[in-house]
Amino acid sequence: MSGAGALLGPVLAEINPEFFHERTEGNLPCQASESHLFCWDWATEHLDRYGTPTLQQLELVVIAVLAGFVIAFGLAILGHRVRWLRPPLLAGTGILFAIPSIAFFLLLLPLTGRGKETAIIALTAYTLQIIYRNVVLGLDNVPGSVREAARGMGLTSRQILWKVEVPMAVPEIIAGLRIATVSTVAIATLAVFAGGGGLGTQILGEANLKFPTTIVIAMVIVIAMALFFDVILLTIQRLLTPWRRARAI
Amino acid sequence: MSLFSLLPPAAYSFGGALEFIFSKQTSNVTGGNKVGGIDQVLELAAAQIEVSVLALLLALLIALPVALYFGHRGVGELVAVGIGNAGRAVPELALVALVALVIGVGTGTLVLVLAVLGIPPILTNTFVGIRQVDRASVDAARGAGMTELEVLRKVELPLAVPSIMQGIRGSAVNIVATATIAPLVGVATLGEFILGENVYGADGVLAGAIVVAVLALLFEFGLAALQRRLTPKGLKLQQASE
Repeated sequence: MSGAGALLGPVLAEINPEFFHERTEGNLPCQASESHLFCWDWATEHLDRYGTPTLQQLELVVIAVLAGFVIAFGLAILGHRVRWLRPPLLAGTGILFAIPSIAFFLLLLPLTGRGKETAIIALTAYTLQIIYRNVVLGLDNVPGSVREAARGMGLTSRQILWKVEVPMAVPEIIAGLRIATVSTVAIATLAVFAGGGGLGTQILGEANLKFPTTIVIAMVIVIAMALFFDVILLTIQRLLTPWRRARAI
Repeated sequence: MSLFSLLPPAAYSFGGALEFIFSKQTSNVTGGNKVGGIDQVLELAAAQIEVSVLALLLALLIALPVALYFGHRGVGELVAVGIGNAGRAVPELALVALVALVIGVGTGTLVLVLAVLGIPPILTNTFVGIRQVDRASVDAARGAGMTELEVLRKVELPLAVPSIMQGIRGSAVNIVATATIAPLVGVATLGEFILGENVYGADGVLAGAIVVAVLALLFEFGLAALQRRLTPKGLKLQQASE
């Protein structure tokens, strides 16, 4: 147990070895202190170092969620059409969801090597179940009477799907996307284990782990990013479903 | 040019990882002490299971009564759903690292922070599950003379089992996954292999990942089986016919 702390440093120290020195050689009062929860002086002076990791994390999240959405949406349509495929699809995406992300990142290393591609694959796999479940739920929630009416108007199955069922399922679909995106923003912090960059690089490593300020900054950026995506998706939902606002009035 | 720069970067292979799991390997930093092997793997896995189960129980103990009470009363929806949403946005790595610095290392700290991470899914799903129970069923139960506690225990709770169990499964996934980085708070779990590449080598890292994945799936399958047992028969028939 006592050995645990000693193990951590060297593994991920490669991330920014000069960090500790930079911090201790400065002359600002709280920089080298481990007892300060947050050092404003250091933070304002070094905020620029979080730019690249933030953009990396943003990239991981956007690509993973988009890829996850395309795949999960396709699977959900398949499950909607072919009923007996539902249990295996749910179980399959469930297994991908249940495997801890850290393990997933590492398990891909022998296959795809270190890098952001590996991180994106694991994050995409993680989003599938959340989006799949919600799309299926949304399509199922369309009342039978609406479907009958559409059929009565002479719409084909394909037209019913795209012009009636999918638009009516938008709230559930976006709800799924919101959960998937917010979770992925948080989990992308672990992409550092796959060598995929991101804000985790500012948390792991011997110097970082002893310096609360950097951990707090990284945490705040991650939470702000999650909130940002949540608001964007909520806005998209409002724009896509004008009839719901009308009904609310 | 030194000899080291000629060596290839750490090579990850499943074969090496499996060997690491089942037989002790020579490490290049422990001075002749061998590392890995099934004994150490099982010991660390047991430690991870122990802290995970403790944290899950603590999360249940806190979240379940609160969510059942407020779900039954039908108040506090914004708070219950909000906590679930906020919980998802918290980066576990940062939280665990910060807690280690602020509160200190140790098993107690670890179980506490894991429980905190496990609370939101249980709280939200239990609340929503109870609220979604058909009001007609609840009114019928009241009409039949049940007390509020009986309504909750005999009607709402059984009908909300699928939602509650989904929350517990989500919580367990979070907790087991985060228990992997327990070495950050000074508790040796399977993360010891993952975070200790300099001691355990690339094979150790991958071995740790394999065992963590297996462990998480065991939790998931175990809880899924429990869900099937706890779900009322009528609800299963209804789901099957949908």
